[in-house]
Amino acid sequence: MKPAPFAYHRPTTLDATLRLLAELAPQEGRVLAGGQSLAPMMAFRLARPAHLIDINAVAGLKGLAVRERGLRVGAGVRHAEFHRPVVDGPLGIMLASIVRHIAHYPIRTRGTFCGSLAHADPAAEWCAVAATLDADLVAIGIKGERVIPAAGFFRGPMETALEPDELLCEARLPLLPDDTRFGFAEFSRRAGDYAQAMALAVLHLDGTLITGARVGLGGVEAVPRRVAVAETILEGKVPGADAFNAAAAAAAAAIEPLQDPQTDAQYRRELTHAMVYRALMRACPPSGAQR
Amino acid sequence: MSEPVEVTLSINGRDYPLRLEPRRTLLDAIRDECGLTGTHMGCEHGVCGACTVLLDGQPIRACLMFAVQAEGAAIRTIEGLAAGDALNPVQRAFIAHHGVQCGFCTPGFLMLATGVLARDPDISDDELREVLSSNLCRCTGYQNIVAAVRAAIAEMREGSA
Repeated sequence: MKPAPFAYHRPTTLDATLRLLAELAPQEGRVLAGGQSLAPMMAFRLARPAHLIDINAVAGLKGLAVRERGLRVGAGVRHAEFHRPVVDGPLGIMLASIVRHIAHYPIRTRGTFCGSLAHADPAAEWCAVAATLDADLVAIGIKGERVIPAAGFFRGPMETALEPDELLCEARLPLLPDDTRFGFAEFSRRAGDYAQAMALAVLHLDGTLITGARVGLGGVEAVPRRVAVAETILEGKVPGADAFNAAAAAAAAAIEPLQDPQTDAQYRRELTHAMVYRALMRACPPSGAQR
Repeated sequence: MSEPVEVTLSINGRDYPLRLEPRRTLLDAIRDECGLTGTHMGCEHGVCGACTVLLDGQPIRACLMFAVQAEGAAIRTIEGLAAGDALNPVQRAFIAHHGVQCGFCTPGFLMLATGVLARDPDISDDELREVLSSNLCRCTGYQNIVAAVRAAIAEMREGSA
């Protein structure tokens, strides 16, 4: 339960960080942000980095601001900052409701939004949010900066499009119009455990009909993603049990379920169905009550 | 490649100059280097919360942070809660409401509750229960722990009213 030896680096500028990363990434060097996933993996020796480049002292990474109709989340922004809405409108409320599902309070005071994306655990809530909203993810290295759409960022469990010498320096989430409706549902065996399935539904109503529906899944496949077949079913439908059941069934049929000792493929499909249905019901409560 | 480094930790207002390997966790340093064994070592991978301490006022898992990272931060442990013989409101409430059984999880719960209440004295009951789910109590004394923290909140509100 003790990490293997490593050398520790604590740069204070982004330039110095990127130079260290370029030099040390080929020598088993890794970025240390909140460390709430990396430190336990090191304790179990599932990860044995030879160098840790701690970005906690790097100036300019703690930004959390609205620019160009998007919320920009810097690499140093911790989960706990989302406990209260960080931006007006539905996006801030959505993030504040979802953050409560991420591990536990003392983990959220250290773990970071971008670190969660870069770690790319299939069951990570922020990864599902990024995929559902089609976030733009900004990678930076000594050779320059590039923007990676979320749909192309997640490659597999704990595998992303980031190069070893790149830092995920910012995530950009689109602001949501005031009439956006959303619902989130997650299932895990105990509070704070890894999700066995989660769904995020985001939609609008044009009169009484659904338009622009997004249905995103996390914790059910190797990577989080939107489920186009479910979204297509919802388009133009009257919100309610019939449409939501049809969309949930389509999502459950479309996935290639992860399997683990607690959750076989069939169970995960059933959980997916239930989570999509609940997320949609939370987006459009049957009483017609306005959110 | 993992040579010991010089680190000074500030714990409960006192400086501890240390020389340790970067792989030593803050928990290792607090217990083994500083001799402050009130912070308990449970799972060592962030699940149990027995090692919860305050870092610049925020509850954190001391096992999920390396000691070198804590240079310059104000660390508070269970030894720093009471002022002399005067226990803090959460400590008193744990005694009054039998929030302690075997005591192994107690320091972690006290630091968690103290840190959260200092930041959010108006915390809702739902949020409080969610926060207290952070730490494991294997005597399953959760009802009394919740009751104790609620009582501490009430006392702190009365005191500030």
